[in-house]
Amino acid sequence: MYKYFPHTADDIQQMLDVIGVRSLDELYAEIPEEIKLHGELNLPAEKSEEEVRHIIHDLAAQNKPLVCFAGAGSYDHYTPSVVPYLAGRSEFSTSYTPYQAEISQGTLQYIFEYQTLMADLTGMDISNASMYDGSTATAEAMMMCVGAAKRRNRVLISSTIQPAVMAVCRTYAKFHGVELVEVAEKDGVMDKEAARLLIEEDNAAGLIVCQPNRYGIIEDFTGLADLCHEHKTLLAINTVASALAVLKSPGEWGADIACGDAQSLGIPMGYGGPYIGYLCTKEALVRKMPGRLVGATTDADNRRTFVLTMQAREQHIRREKATSNICTAQGFMCLYVACYLSLMGPKGMREVNEQSYASAHYLHDALLETGKFEEVFDAPFLNEFTLRVKGDAKALREALADKGYLLGVPTLFKEDCLTIASTERRTKKEITDMVELIKTIAL
Amino acid sequence: MNRTYYGKLIFELSRPGRVGYSLPKCEFEAYKLESLDGTLLRQTATLLPEVDELTVVRHYTNMSNNNFGVDTGFYPLGSCTMKYNPKLNEELCQLPGFNQHPITPARYAQGSLKLYDEVQKTLAEIAGLSRFTLNPYAGAHGELTGLMVIRQYHISRGDTKRIKIIVPDSAHGTNPASAAVCGLQIVEVKSTADGTVDVEDLRPLLGPDIAGMMMTNPNTLGLFETKIPEIARLVHECGGLMYYDGANLNPMLGVCRPGDMGFDVMHINLHKTFSTPHGGGGPGSGPVGVRQGLEQFLPNPQVINNGDGTYRLQCDENSLGYISFFLGNFGIIIRAYAYLLSLGKENIPMAGKLSVLNANYIKESLRSHYKLPIDVECKHEFVFDGLREEYGGDHHDPEHVTTLDVAKRLLDYGFHAPTIYFPLLFHEAMMIEPTETESKETLDDFIAVMKRIAEEAKADPALLKSAPHDTPVRRMDDVKAVKEPKFTYKAL
Amino acid sequence: MAKVIEGLYYAESHEYVKVEGNYGYIGITDYAQSQLGNVVYVDMPEVDDEVTAGEEFGAVESVKAASDLFSPVSGTVVEVNEALEDEPELINKDAFENWIIKVELSDKSELDNLMDAKAYEEICK
Repeated sequence: MYKYFPHTADDIQQMLDVIGVRSLDELYAEIPEEIKLHGELNLPAEKSEEEVRHIIHDLAAQNKPLVCFAGAGSYDHYTPSVVPYLAGRSEFSTSYTPYQAEISQGTLQYIFEYQTLMADLTGMDISNASMYDGSTATAEAMMMCVGAAKRRNRVLISSTIQPAVMAVCRTYAKFHGVELVEVAEKDGVMDKEAARLLIEEDNAAGLIVCQPNRYGIIEDFTGLADLCHEHKTLLAINTVASALAVLKSPGEWGADIACGDAQSLGIPMGYGGPYIGYLCTKEALVRKMPGRLVGATTDADNRRTFVLTMQAREQHIRREKATSNICTAQGFMCLYVACYLSLMGPKGMREVNEQSYASAHYLHDALLETGKFEEVFDAPFLNEFTLRVKGDAKALREALADKGYLLGVPTLFKEDCLTIASTERRTKKEITDMVELIKTIAL
Repeated sequence: MNRTYYGKLIFELSRPGRVGYSLPKCEFEAYKLESLDGTLLRQTATLLPEVDELTVVRHYTNMSNNNFGVDTGFYPLGSCTMKYNPKLNEELCQLPGFNQHPITPARYAQGSLKLYDEVQKTLAEIAGLSRFTLNPYAGAHGELTGLMVIRQYHISRGDTKRIKIIVPDSAHGTNPASAAVCGLQIVEVKSTADGTVDVEDLRPLLGPDIAGMMMTNPNTLGLFETKIPEIARLVHECGGLMYYDGANLNPMLGVCRPGDMGFDVMHINLHKTFSTPHGGGGPGSGPVGVRQGLEQFLPNPQVINNGDGTYRLQCDENSLGYISFFLGNFGIIIRAYAYLLSLGKENIPMAGKLSVLNANYIKESLRSHYKLPIDVECKHEFVFDGLREEYGGDHHDPEHVTTLDVAKRLLDYGFHAPTIYFPLLFHEAMMIEPTETESKETLDDFIAVMKRIAEEAKADPALLKSAPHDTPVRRMDDVKAVKEPKFTYKAL
Repeated sequence: MAKVIEGLYYAESHEYVKVEGNYGYIGITDYAQSQLGNVVYVDMPEVDDEVTAGEEFGAVESVKAASDLFSPVSGTVVEVNEALEDEPELINKDAFENWIIKVELSDKSELDNLMDAKAYEEICK
C-alpha cells in the first residue's frame, strides 16, 4: 500500500467482484501481449518523504545564487509575502478551469480582477484570462493580426524586440505560414523610415514593436499607430508589464493589441517559469482574440456573478477553426498578479519603477566611471541599459559570476556588449561592492 | 466550501490613501524618473486599488471559500485526471536555490539542469521513447511542439508535400486546433460502432501528403485502441509519423508504453499524470518525447548530459526552433520530479491500475441508472450517454432530464461534475474519471448520490432543472454574458 | 417541425438563397437556427467581397456552438444585413425574413445544383 492510494487489499477484491474480473491485470486483457511491458520500469525504487526532500534540497544546493543585475525578460522584483501565501491556498490551486461556475466563483472573480487590471495598465478595453508567457503571447498576437486581417499573412516585427520573443515568433511564423518581416533598427531603436516603407506596401496584417526594447531603450512611437491604421495594419506593442505603470501605455500610443510577460509583477524568476503572458485588445477584436475570457453576468437569483464566456472562439468548440489551440488560463499566475497589484496599488507601482529607475541609472553611471565601459546608445532607459565593455565582455561576466554577481546578459549581435538591469531589490551596497570588484578585474 | 456568496471585487474595497506594501527608502535620490521626456510617460491614471494588507488577505480568502478544488472534494472530471496534488511537491518547488535568473551561466545552475535531465530520462523510460524536452508549457503547447517536430522531420528530408494530419472524429478539439496552428490540414478518420478508429476508413486516407496521425490511447471514450499496431504500421508504411496525445496516459503507466505501441512523438501532461496542481487552468507543463532519430528536431534550448556529472545547454541547428522563453515551466517540473521520485518503479504502475479499477467500479455500479453506450471494459475513464429512459433521460422527449441537469444537481451534493457534452459522439455525454487517489468510500458515496439523482429525475424533474440549490450562486445566464459582454470592472 | 418555404433554393449545409432578378439573399434555414439555439453573433463578410459556391463566407455563433456559413452560390456581396450586428437573435425570430448577405449572382446555373423546398424537407427529417 502507498500513501497516495487509499485501496486496501479488501477494497480491491470487493471492487474486482463488482466488475466481474479476477485481478487488476485482467482489466488490461484486451491489450495485445506483444505491446505490453513485460517486466518492470527501469527506474529507482520508491522513496520516503525525507529521502525525496534530501535529494531535491541537494540539487537546489548545487545551484549558486547570484546577485541579479540581469533582465532580458525576467526581472528580480520584490514579492510581498502575502502573494505566495494567498496563491498557495489549495481551494484555488487544486481546482481546474472553472467550467462549473456555481462552485468556481473564486477563480472566476480573480481572473475578472486580473483582466480588469491588465486592461487598465495597458490602456486597452479587454484582456484575456492570460497566456503561457510573453514570447508565446506575442506569437499569438502575431497570429491574431493575420486572423483579423482579410487576405494578408505578412507581419512586421521590430528587430529591437527581445531575442527570446523574436525566436518564438519566428518558429510560430514558420509553421503557421506567416511571413514575418523584420524591421531594421537604427541607433538602437526601430528605424521608423524602414517601418514606414514596409507599412506603405499595404500588405502587412500587423506590426509588432517592443517597449522598452532589447537594449533597454524606451522607444518613441509617436505617429506610428496612425500610419498603421491608414494602411489597415494592426499595431501590437510588447511591454514589460511593470513598466506599464509609468511609461506611455499601448492604449495611449494607439495600439490595437498589447502583449508581453507579466513576470515583472511580483512573480519569482524561477529559472524561467512559470510566468504569465498577457494579451489585451480593443473590444472590436474580441472574437479574434485567443484564450479564455471571463465575463460578468447574473445568476437565477439576479446576483452579479462571473462565467467563462465567448467560448465559441475556442478549440473545444471550433476545433481547427479556433482562434488558437490554447486551453490554458494561467489561473495560479493570474492570482499572483491580482494579489501583487492589489497590494502595490498605484503608489507602490510608481515607487517600484522610480526605485528601479534610480538604481539602474546609478549603476549605469558607476560602471562608466570605472573606465571599463563605454556608452553604446544615447537614448532614454528605465531600468535596463546596454554598455560596451572595453575588453572581453564574456570573460568579465564569467569572472563576476565566480564572485557571486550576474552582470547582465550578452547582447545579441553585439559581442562586446552587455545588457544590464536593476530593480528596487538591489541595494547601494550590492552595487558598490560589485563596482569595486570590477575595478580590480583586468580586461 | 462556504455556501454563502462573497462576490465582492477588490476595486470595491479601495479607499484613497491606503497601501498594502512596504519598500525601503530610495538610496539613489539623485536620479528621478520624471526627468524622462514627458512624451514617453503615462498620462492616464491607473485604476489600481488602494487597500491595506489585511483587506487583501480577507478578500482572497473569502473568495477561495467559494471555490471547489481536489482538496475540497471528489472531482471526477473526465479527461482532466484530477488526482491528489501532494503537498511535498509544493514545499520543494519553492526552495530558494531554484529561484535563479534563466540566463545564469550553466555552471552555476547545475542542480536545475540535472533535475531537468532526470525528469526527461524518467519520462523517456515511462514512455518507451528516446528523449524528452520539458520546454512546452501545457498539453496544447506540447501537441503543437510535437507536430512541429513531425513537420521539421519531413522538411529535413526535403519532403515538403506532407501537409495533412489524420485525426479521429472522437478526438479532443485541441488536436485539430493545434494542427491548424502548426499549418497542417486536418483529415478526419471515422470511429466504428465500438468507438475505436475504423481501420477501413483510414486506409484510403493514407498517401504521400500525410505527415502523420494523432491519437490518444486509450481514446476519449476510455477505450483501448487494440488495432494500434496495425494502425501504426499503415501510417509508417505511407511515410507518416504517429503522434500520441498523452492526455490519457495515466492508465497505461508501467503496463503498455506509447513507444511500444508504435508511436514516434508524444506529449505528457505533468498536471494530469504526474500530480502537479491544475491551478484553476494553469500553469501546466507538456513535455514532448521522441523516438530515437528524432532528438535533433526537439526545440531549443536542449539540456545535455555531458556524461561526467555535468550538464550544458545546447542549441541544435536542426531543431524546430524556440517555442518558449527558456526551459518551460521549471517550477512545475520540480513538482513532477518530487512525485516521480516518491512513487518509484513500484507505485507508478499501481497508479495506472488503480485508476482503471476505480473507473470500472463506478461504471458497473451505475449502469443500472445511466446509459452505457459502449459496453466494454474501460480504462481510466468512461462515458455515459445521460440517464436511462426509465429515469427521464430519453433525449427524444423535449422535456427530458439532461446531462447538464444531473451535473448541476451533483454540485448540491458536494461533488464536482463530470466532463459533460464531450466527446461529441453522443447526445448527452457524461465523462467520468475518478483517478487512483480516491477511496472506495468516496466512490460509494458518489455512486449512491448518482443513483439518488436518477430517482429524483424520475420523481421530481423540476428539482434537477433548477439545480443547483445549495451552492454559493445559482445557474447563470450564459446568453447575457455573451450578448452584453462585460470583461472588466470598468464595464460593469 | 421546422419551417421550409417554397420557391427558395436550399443547400445541404442548411443555407438558403432567395432569388430576385440577378440578386440572391442568403441566410440560414429555420431548421439550422433551431439546431443552433440562441444566436449571439453573426460574422459577416464586407460589401464587395467575393463569395464562391460551397465556400465559407462567415459564421453564426450561439453560446455553446459556432457554425460556419457556406455560400450556396458564387457572386459579389452587395449588401450585408446590418440589423444582425445589433440583434443577431433576429435569426431565431425568423430565419427566412432575416437574410445575412445579398449577393449579385455571377452564375445563375449554380442554382440548379441546389435543392427545392421538398427535397430539403426530406433531409431535415
